[in-house]
Amino acid sequence: MIKAQTLQDLFKRYRRPGDLFYSIISIVFSLFLAFNLRSETTWVSNTKLFAQPAFWPYAAVGTMVLFSTLHLVSSLVSPKLEGRWQEVGFWLRSVEYAGWFMIYVIIVPQLGYLLTTVLFAVALCLRLGYRGAKFLGSAAVFAVAVVVIFKTLLQVKVPGGAIYELLPTALRSFFLTYF
Amino acid sequence: MEALFSGVELLMRWDVALALFIGSIGGVIIGAIPGVGAAVAIAILLPATFSLDPIVGLTMLLGIYGSSMYGGALPAILINTPGTAVNALTTYDGYPMTKRGEARRALALAYSASFWGGIFGILCLIFLSPVLALIAPHFGSREIFLAALLGIILVVLAHRGQVFAAGGLAGFGILLHTVGLDTKYNQRMTFEQTWLTGGFDLIVVVLGLFALSQAFLLLTEKDSSPHPQPVEGSLFTAMKEMWLYKRVATMASGFGVLMGMIPGVGEFTAQFMSYTYARRTSKTPEAFGEGAPEGLIASEAANNAVPAAAMIPLLALGIPGEALTAMMLSVFYVHNVIPGPQLFQTQLDFVYALYIAMILLNVIVIIFLIFSTNMLTKIIQVPTRFLGMVILILSFVGVYSLRNSVVDCAIASGFGVLGLVLKRLNLPIVPIVLGMVLGGIMEVKLRSAMIRVKHPLDFVDRPIAAILAVLIVLVILMHIRTLRKEHKARLSEAEIDHDIHDSQTR
Repeated sequence: MIKAQTLQDLFKRYRRPGDLFYSIISIVFSLFLAFNLRSETTWVSNTKLFAQPAFWPYAAVGTMVLFSTLHLVSSLVSPKLEGRWQEVGFWLRSVEYAGWFMIYVIIVPQLGYLLTTVLFAVALCLRLGYRGAKFLGSAAVFAVAVVVIFKTLLQVKVPGGAIYELLPTALRSFFLTYF
Repeated sequence: MEALFSGVELLMRWDVALALFIGSIGGVIIGAIPGVGAAVAIAILLPATFSLDPIVGLTMLLGIYGSSMYGGALPAILINTPGTAVNALTTYDGYPMTKRGEARRALALAYSASFWGGIFGILCLIFLSPVLALIAPHFGSREIFLAALLGIILVVLAHRGQVFAAGGLAGFGILLHTVGLDTKYNQRMTFEQTWLTGGFDLIVVVLGLFALSQAFLLLTEKDSSPHPQPVEGSLFTAMKEMWLYKRVATMASGFGVLMGMIPGVGEFTAQFMSYTYARRTSKTPEAFGEGAPEGLIASEAANNAVPAAAMIPLLALGIPGEALTAMMLSVFYVHNVIPGPQLFQTQLDFVYALYIAMILLNVIVIIFLIFSTNMLTKIIQVPTRFLGMVILILSFVGVYSLRNSVVDCAIASGFGVLGLVLKRLNLPIVPIVLGMVLGGIMEVKLRSAMIRVKHPLDFVDRPIAAILAVLIVLVILMHIRTLRKEHKARLSEAEIDHDIHDSQTR
């Protein structure tokens, strides 16, 4: 009992709900990497240890395993926090927006940067619960401004949309260059 | 002197002037909006600056870096929400002053203390330059390796209470750097996946961890919209009061410079040290936390002195001390301007140009703030979920314009979700970024250093290497000593301010 209390004192730290879940994922991932180190790295003959291609992956994964283990121990000996699964649910809900982002990325080369950005901004605003013309209009204006600043003025590398092929020749090259 | 004039000449271009204005004014606005920090803005703008001249791109990024903390003080004082994480301490005394009806006085003191700290930091950087030019050439491979190692250790230990997580994440950062083909075309940790052969691009990771994670966080959380009251009266006349507290402001700026120079330590430690100093030396220590002007000044002067000081290890050794300078390092590399000992010998005019740009940005920002504070109070009323949509659309430009790669975007999204998890758990993101950058530096420098090392002690047979090695040992021993003391004193967890980590995650 005394030992357990000392351990708790030593490892006690500020935590938020979901910490234990994170620490388990972290140690599992670290161990997975550790078990694969041998097959995923190369040891070259007649080369010093510090110049070995495998040295830094071993050092990095070793550090991960060590600290993840300590993190897990500290999570296990700390008092239980309520709301773990609600927190994990929050993390998973955020994946929806990663999906929105990837859809945006995939559509840009098809519909072109300008049209996709305007549609995406307005659609995402609707998804977020904004219904008023003020917000939807602001989103569309913002989308146009982003395209004009980055593509038209700064000429960042965003490819023209496949849809531009349907435009007359003069307009096509204009849209391909500026939007 | 010739280099100084040459530096001024470098800045006498319309595109540099424009970048300076956009960077400094944009930085204030970005800093003033809670939820968007300098890290998010710099991550998004980074790829766009690659097509610009190095001086133009860096001026813009430096403008954002140096001015965001000015803007961050505004919501910290008016609505008790720090605009950027480093303004967290400003809320302690700034908001109570607003509640007393002294919002104008608090803002004026915060702005003038920020200006004091900013200029103090730059002057230190300028006066230290000749010393740096003398010392920097003595940094060979082993010294740079040891300095990078010290940086990694410090960034882990600086996250009090989260050292285990920070250590694991630093290891993860180093691992990310190793993934892909090495210099001799050996596959490392690629799991026979072609998309991993090229390794992880720092900018993709940074954009995911800082920008996309912030967008996902704002989009997933409940909507909120702050409504600060407008400030009445002239800020300029109220600024004169700062002169009464010049001792605190100077000491706080000194702490900012010292802590900013040390990789991995940064604004938070500087703020806490200067705040503690100000309280200890104050005639009214009981007023701290209740609206003490000295507390507000200590916090703002310290954090604004850091950006200039953080440029010291970056420019002199090529070692970034925190995430923002790590991002700037990539701008240097893209333009083949290699920061490090040679920079002071071969491109001193470029270094002077950066110093002058930093002074100018402080002047522009303070003038802008005197006249536009009330306009900023309107801008910060943007609802948080709408802001999430804005960041998501801007992040696309950052990631996709790099290589037009869907895989890059998917990787950035993955890191975005990871960043969100870390932010929600109040765990630090910075160790991943520094692990990636410093891991790369350590690998290269250790390999070249070991060629001349026959015996382990040869590694530290030069004075600077020996000092760095002793420092590493001392830092670890002092950390263990502090832990033992705290353990003996049975400090309760509630007594430690964990919001300190929050600041690093935005």
